[in-house]
Amino acid sequence: MKDLKLTPLLPEHKALGAGMAPFGGWLMPIQYSGILAESGWCRKSATLFDTCHMGEFHFRGDLVASGFERLFSCRVDSIPVGRGRYGFLLNDAGGIMDDLVIFRLSPEELMIVVNAGTAEKDFQTIRAGLKGDAVFTDVTSETGKLDIQGPLSRDVLESVCEISIARTPYFGFEKISIFGAEAIVSRTGYTGELGYEFYVENDALHELWRRFLADGRVKPAGLGARDVLRLEMGYCLYGSDLDESVTPLEAGLGQFVDFEKDFVGREALVRQKREGLSRTRVAFLADSRRTPRRDYGIYHGDGLVGHVTSGVFSPTFSCGIGMGYVQPGAASPGTSLVIRHENVTINAVVTEMPLYKAGSLRK
Amino acid sequence: MDVLYTKEHEWIRIEGSAGVVGITGYAVGQLGDITFVELPSVGKVVKQFDVLCSIESVKAASDIYAPLGGTVVAVNQSLDSRPEIINESAEEKGWLVKIEISDPSGTGRLMERQEYDEYVKGLE
Repeated sequence: MKDLKLTPLLPEHKALGAGMAPFGGWLMPIQYSGILAESGWCRKSATLFDTCHMGEFHFRGDLVASGFERLFSCRVDSIPVGRGRYGFLLNDAGGIMDDLVIFRLSPEELMIVVNAGTAEKDFQTIRAGLKGDAVFTDVTSETGKLDIQGPLSRDVLESVCEISIARTPYFGFEKISIFGAEAIVSRTGYTGELGYEFYVENDALHELWRRFLADGRVKPAGLGARDVLRLEMGYCLYGSDLDESVTPLEAGLGQFVDFEKDFVGREALVRQKREGLSRTRVAFLADSRRTPRRDYGIYHGDGLVGHVTSGVFSPTFSCGIGMGYVQPGAASPGTSLVIRHENVTINAVVTEMPLYKAGSLRK
Repeated sequence: MDVLYTKEHEWIRIEGSAGVVGITGYAVGQLGDITFVELPSVGKVVKQFDVLCSIESVKAASDIYAPLGGTVVAVNQSLDSRPEIINESAEEKGWLVKIEISDPSGTGRLMERQEYDEYVKGLE
């Protein structure tokens, strides 16, 4: 096993007594006060997440001539400057190599934000697909990333950073100067709450972390709470709910695939569309506090219809929640499922996503 | 009051011929927030180190073993709706079950507090 990468904020986490664990090749904070309390605080106030493990790439060049456009499922050249777009890097079979966000920094300049565990392979794949004089660089190691999420995150951000960000739309971003460093602040997140993600030079990272936590409205939250919050929204976690064996159509994420353009994996997806899906992603609510966990079998009627890919105890609903892939006949909202593993039996009901609809995401 | 400990991080407080069973603060620290407790039925008979019940936390689903053999005579019903009591008070209010001890000689296979503390130190 390779050595774990360390977040620059490691000393801060140690000082706060965080529980640390490996995630995507990095040693990251999983929890501080407790996963349930931290997710609850994010739903009502604001929480700060260290997400330095995420990968960031820079691209500069002609989108079409370089071949960049063809590497992604979503349309890149129509992203307005100042905005971001969610999409996929696919393999030839239409399988998801990664889910990512592309930000348009200028007409010829992009920032691509990818998952930690896939960053290296993504970088190789994209670089191998580019031609001509496009400049493509991995800036992960010099880019710190912090997420501030929660209904009060905008108020906190405006007071800590002394800027006005109210006009930045969902999936928009601003370039700012903060504590002597350049930063990008995007109105994005992974919690279902109003929130912002900071991409900042490592020099200013500690100062920003401390200033946020000095605000009484903010508490630190770890990747454990992040997992609860994203599951309550039905957001996928790459490596759990998405991987190279799954297509965006099976994952129910076809809206992030633009069939009007050419892209790697398009043929396979067109064929899958024509032939129909053999499985599809669903979210479900359990009828008890039991947690449906990864790889538990999902049954409907007489047979096994699929498997759980992620699950948690949801503090918002006070019951187990999860997602998984099932045969299409068992995928409609309202369908009763039985989830089994060894001597555990959990009754659950397929429920429309997002499970949690009261978030401040678009406020 | 006599409290004894297992290597699996259960405790048993001996009260006459009965024993009250729970999990230790160390175990709770490892598990994180407790989210569900599957309590046994009153009347369940267990041998020493048999599975007594199971606990789910934000991290894992875990079996809890009987520190001593006996018959379950009471369960902590308040854990059904508030399993977080175990996080708040693992070695008192967060007790799991009370058993009528059938074989007190099993205490020889359990640890006193000091021995348990040293055992835990060795795990860290």
